[in-house]
Amino acid sequence: MKLIAGCFLTALAVFHFREAIQSCAISNCYNVPARFVSYMIDSEDFVRALEGIGCDFFTGVPDTMLAGIIDVLSERRLYTPAVGEDQAVALAAGAFFGGKIPVVLMENSGLGNAFNILMSLNLVYTIPCIMIISWRGFDGKDANEHLVMGQTMPQLLDLIRVPHRTLSEQTIIEDLQCVAKTFMEQRIPVALLIKNGIVKTLQP
Amino acid sequence: MRPEEGVMQSRAQAMQALFELVTDQPVVICNGFPSREAYKLKDRPENFYLMGAMGGAASLALGLALAQPQKKIIVFDGDGNLLMGLSTLATIGALKPKNFIHVVFDNEVYGSTGNQPSYSRIVRLDQVAKSAGYINIERVWEREDIVYEFKDMLNSEGPSFLLIKVNEQIEDVDRVEVPPADLARRFRTALNS
Repeated sequence: MKLIAGCFLTALAVFHFREAIQSCAISNCYNVPARFVSYMIDSEDFVRALEGIGCDFFTGVPDTMLAGIIDVLSERRLYTPAVGEDQAVALAAGAFFGGKIPVVLMENSGLGNAFNILMSLNLVYTIPCIMIISWRGFDGKDANEHLVMGQTMPQLLDLIRVPHRTLSEQTIIEDLQCVAKTFMEQRIPVALLIKNGIVKTLQP
Repeated sequence: MRPEEGVMQSRAQAMQALFELVTDQPVVICNGFPSREAYKLKDRPENFYLMGAMGGAASLALGLALAQPQKKIIVFDGDGNLLMGLSTLATIGALKPKNFIHVVFDNEVYGSTGNQPSYSRIVRLDQVAKSAGYINIERVWEREDIVYEFKDMLNSEGPSFLLIKVNEQIEDVDRVEVPPADLARRFRTALNS
């Protein structure tokens, strides 16, 4: 119910969100050559957009690429840290039963940890959650430990039938609408993948 | 379990004693025989049975406790399950949800798979819970102690940890027959109506 109401807000929230992005970009690029203009999504705007589609419970395990988002969530006391991605997904399932629209933040190495809970809880009982996954090892450019998961993650998600979108500044409206629609209609986990440099983080 | 510690109950007997005290509180039950026994003893919409997701029962119950702080949330866990998801004790101990009751039926074996020994006969799970930061911790095995301590926990602020030492006996029970999606739907409806 809350999510349905949230959907009506989406267009509005994202409109403000885009405005915010543009004004932010304009103020930031004053006197900066055009080629250096950054259109990275601001963490605060991103959190607001998630709230716009109804998300009201946030848990997860940190990653440097998600640090900005987690910082905003923590400051606003919206974030419940978990100790492992499997436990985070189970925690989110409990929150869903309690009437929340849960979000789980994780880096993709943690997706490996979460597979058992996803496959024997969420996908068996049709318990939805929104997973925001940082795509370490994308395009083979990262530390060695991220390369195998970075290369195989989309296929792994396809294999267990978890729908996924890759976030970009240009498609954020559709990305969030798609996530909300999957959550509501299919009642299964849905993943929003974030590549490096898409959302502003604490460490540039 | 040492003989001087008295006569132990079976898990089903202990569970029956607890169910007699439960009113409208949601109960999350870990996978394996605990879920199957609970389903046979007292099926109710406020019960959620895990069929898989070993190690996830306490986390799921914690999420529920955080989402609905006005309700007492109970989890029926096992020693093998708790050991698999042991890291969650840190989350519970740190967040200290007052409405959280963690019951662990400890038979010291993986009873659903052929009684392979678990480390709970060596590692004191109640002491682990204490170190993690649970507020009320009790280790019991006799029926009247089980009843007394559980009643007390229902009326106290937690998080509470009730370790019930039980024997290895397993009831002759079928699998949970309700389709998982129906279980999820009725549990969520019962908690949000």
